[in-house]
Amino acid sequence: MAVPTHHVAEAGTLPQYRSDPDGSQPPLDFPAYRSTGLRHPNEPLILLPQRLTEVTGPVLGPGRVGPLDHDLTRQHAGEPIGQRIIVHGTLRDGNGRPVPNSLVEIWQANAGGRYRHKVDNWPSPLDPNFTGVGRALTDAQGHYEFVTIKPGAYPWGNHDNAWRPAHIHFSVFGRAFTQRLVTQMYFPDDPLFAHDPVFNSVPDEAARQRMVSQFDLDNTVEQWALGFRFDIVLRGRSATPFEEPHQ
Amino acid sequence: MTATELSGTELTGTELAGPTPSQTVGPYLAIGLPWPDGPDVVPPGTPGAFEVVGTVFDGNGQPVPDAMVETWQADPDGRFDHPDDPRGAVPGWRGFGRSATDDSGSYVIRTVLPGALPGQAPHLDVSVFSRGLLNRVVTRIYFPDHQDAHATDPVLTSVPEKRRGTLVAVPSEGGYRFDVHLQGPGETVFFDV
Repeated sequence: MAVPTHHVAEAGTLPQYRSDPDGSQPPLDFPAYRSTGLRHPNEPLILLPQRLTEVTGPVLGPGRVGPLDHDLTRQHAGEPIGQRIIVHGTLRDGNGRPVPNSLVEIWQANAGGRYRHKVDNWPSPLDPNFTGVGRALTDAQGHYEFVTIKPGAYPWGNHDNAWRPAHIHFSVFGRAFTQRLVTQMYFPDDPLFAHDPVFNSVPDEAARQRMVSQFDLDNTVEQWALGFRFDIVLRGRSATPFEEPHQ
Repeated sequence: MTATELSGTELTGTELAGPTPSQTVGPYLAIGLPWPDGPDVVPPGTPGAFEVVGTVFDGNGQPVPDAMVETWQADPDGRFDHPDDPRGAVPGWRGFGRSATDDSGSYVIRTVLPGALPGQAPHLDVSVFSRGLLNRVVTRIYFPDHQDAHATDPVLTSVPEKRRGTLVAVPSEGGYRFDVHLQGPGETVFFDV
């Protein structure tokens, strides 16, 4: 029995989005990641029923994306040092519906694990040919693609000899305020996973694995770049719409 | 999005895919997320436009210089440019603001007052991201101009009375001030959305 195949708004009804399953999202208070200590709320969250403001969201279209924004290897006079990679995937909701024409933003360290940011000053060189920022729109099927270089791991001060596994930050909007997501894409088989509290803040093992991209030979380009696939799943809609009150 | 674009890919009720987990924006979001026009919910020079300015504080009362605030709101008539608004979309209404905090932990959004929504007082939905937040926290900004509507707003009235004030902006020069206290005394009310 299929759920309804589309959700054109009916008069007076609003779509509703499912809550995330237990264990699929990190807690706000997670002592192993020390920076949560003074930044997590102590008071319990209060349930916000999904009404108009929560089931709508910004529609950020082509005006946000320049012609080379998706290719982080072509934003300077020369090419950046590092392993050239193609990172691509599909943005969908939990019902499998693609999210088309939607803004995907990424930022990352260079091949040596250094960010072009004023407070990142660990002894690894900046690359004059790499900014580490990309933007793309999903196509009509929800697919996006970036060309970049594989970021390096980098040290941080969370605990003794702490290193973050290589990752690319992703920011996506989906279709509704309630679907807004910022996450990190990791690379397969990183030996640092076992030691990283940010990665391990997600309780459910299967959910953690959804943050790990897959090597993609089919999208690896001979003599040019390795392919990695990273599909992103946002909250899906529940079957029961909300009856919007009338004034 | 049309029905045609949506067809053929829907999973059945037993095959719902789990969501991708959230992760922190980390300390370096400022290289990637701020836009030059991020704070401008409405174009510069829009009649009635004002600033919402605030500081994000941690549990020690220290400003958070590596946070980002995003806002989402209806237009002055209480409408959105969105296909899921059953009253129809208002083309061209951006409704969205984004501001990273500066070295003093402050953000600024330039906007106009939203209109009332069916059964709700005018408000902005707000997301706060930062290093140390593994997921965003969500709050709302209400305005002191609408005190009467606050008394019957279903969200405000669901909040313990002594904490409701954390959701109401205060008038200031050039607009309003709305500080965010992530933790501790005067902790801002955050919602599970």
